[in-house]
Amino acid sequence: MLCLAKDIYKIYTMGKVEVEALRGVSLEIEANEYISIMGPSGSGKSTLMHILGCLDTPTRGEYYFEGKKVSDYTDAELARIRNRYIGFVFQNFNLLPRLSALENVALPLIYAGVKKKERLELAEMMLKKVGLAERMRHRPNELSGGECQRVAIARALVNNPKIIFADEPTGNLDTKTGSEIMEIFDRLHSEGRTIVLVTHDSNIAQHAKRVIRLIDGKIVE
Amino acid sequence: MGEILNLAFQTFRAHKMRSFLTTLGIIIGVTTVIAILSLIEGLNQSVAKQIRSIGSDLIFVTKFSMVRMGPTNFEEIAERPDLTPEDALAIKQLSSVETAIPTIEQNFAKLKYRDKEVAQTSIEGSSEDFSKAYNYIVEIGRDLNFDDILYKRNVGVIGSYVAKNLFGDESPIGKDLNIGAHRIKIIGVYKEKGSFLGQSMDNLIVIPYTFYDKTFPRRRATVFEKAFGGYTISVVPKPKMVERAMDEIRELMRRRRGLRLDEPDNFELGTQQMLFELYQNITRVGFVAIVAIAVISLIVGGIGIMNIMLVSVAERTREIGIRKAVGASNQNILLQFLTESSVLALVGGIIGIILGVLLALLISIVSPLKAAVSLWMIILGFGFSAAVGIFFGMYPARKAASLNPIEALRYE
Repeated sequence: MLCLAKDIYKIYTMGKVEVEALRGVSLEIEANEYISIMGPSGSGKSTLMHILGCLDTPTRGEYYFEGKKVSDYTDAELARIRNRYIGFVFQNFNLLPRLSALENVALPLIYAGVKKKERLELAEMMLKKVGLAERMRHRPNELSGGECQRVAIARALVNNPKIIFADEPTGNLDTKTGSEIMEIFDRLHSEGRTIVLVTHDSNIAQHAKRVIRLIDGKIVE
Repeated sequence: MGEILNLAFQTFRAHKMRSFLTTLGIIIGVTTVIAILSLIEGLNQSVAKQIRSIGSDLIFVTKFSMVRMGPTNFEEIAERPDLTPEDALAIKQLSSVETAIPTIEQNFAKLKYRDKEVAQTSIEGSSEDFSKAYNYIVEIGRDLNFDDILYKRNVGVIGSYVAKNLFGDESPIGKDLNIGAHRIKIIGVYKEKGSFLGQSMDNLIVIPYTFYDKTFPRRRATVFEKAFGGYTISVVPKPKMVERAMDEIRELMRRRRGLRLDEPDNFELGTQQMLFELYQNITRVGFVAIVAIAVISLIVGGIGIMNIMLVSVAERTREIGIRKAVGASNQNILLQFLTESSVLALVGGIIGIILGVLLALLISIVSPLKAAVSLWMIILGFGFSAAVGIFFGMYPARKAASLNPIEALRYE
């Protein structure tokens, strides 16, 4: 088992008001699964993804990643887990504007301590995989939305992660480009990757083999 | 680490104007410090060398203190008895003393030879040991001798500056020059000695003090003329006997003047070492002022850096979020921003060092001041700017490092 969440609560304090974003979520994710977390905005799906992706820790409850209890890890330990085992793809791509596509893809490897030459070789390989090899010297503002998202996917892959989290990966793209991106995820899954899709769009969610619905911080299905 | 440095320089290049303006405070601070330090150092070196070149371990017996700082009671000094050539003779007999010479001088005389003249010349009325005490060497002709003193001869030995300007290629020996209405026959020329604190030591004429006394009557019209005119006695102690000589001179002078035990000295003793210390005290004040200026400008520069780094952290909140999402630890981020602020400060420091050295060299070229740039100043400038970069970069860098990755990613 890759991820195991046990009765997770996440409570935000906004001023004097406490907001319960997650209210007792339990979830298991096996290796090689293709799973989507669905729900309307405000349902807590992004919060859940952040905790599963080790970007955040739960207020209560336990979370195990690869059998290790990471819910009480320090920031530095979480950063290491993210760097080695997790890839993220975001709705708004989140590329660094001053770096080329190639350098963006190579970014996680810097923090893994990989040497420069090897970094660029690996990054180039990943860009070939998403079909962007010929545009690797371009900066994000010279690329289309679909191309940016491919760069982001290549970046998520470059560390050979155990799991990829994609948060509304097609949200900023037109339908055609969106389905091209989804084809990439489908292909990655068929190659044996574990993928978690976070979306409010049921058409997108259908690509996954298992769909989890989240409403008001609880799994309903 | 190379990666982080690279990144810092990239950021520097991406905002050239902003970075330059930010480092301006540091540049100005370091430039001033390096320039002024090297001038003070240059001054110190030449003064030390020059004070040593005046003569070896001289002891001065004077009416007024040459080195006392603070208020001086001129009335009291004016009432003290003058020192006399007889005092010098008596001091010369002391066992710890090599020789002692009386000197009476005026500093801004005009010498004439036919249609040529030199100004601001020092006339020294002294004895035959003047050149021994003040390290002058007779190059042409002869030095003063005991007979010149005894018979109050109107003869003189001139410095090389006087010789060059009054006589050119002619030999001055045996010629008569004029000081006002008085004629003096030149018997010798001293070898060139250079300058002291920017003042030529070769613009002088040394004549027997007996002739000086006869020719230039002592003026006692004002308190200042009473206090500062008259003889001083320069004493050359025997090797390594400065302390003993000072004790013996004090003892002797008190006895000669019949001072009682409870009466204070009515004369002063000084040494070259004291002169140098006085000089160092003066430059030390300057030194402290420089340090103050440096600290203030570096603080101002540092605040500039802190300000721009805070702006930079705010602007790049999303970048920080992205970096953290892909695995950068808080420490990685801290180091990144700390390196950036240090690079800003160090670039400023390096520019400041270069400008400071150039400024010092420029001043040495256009003015008589000589600059001495030494390695420790450069290291100091470097170290100071690095310290400023780290110190003032710490707060923004910590702020960046402690950003929550999720909030940073959401930041627009």
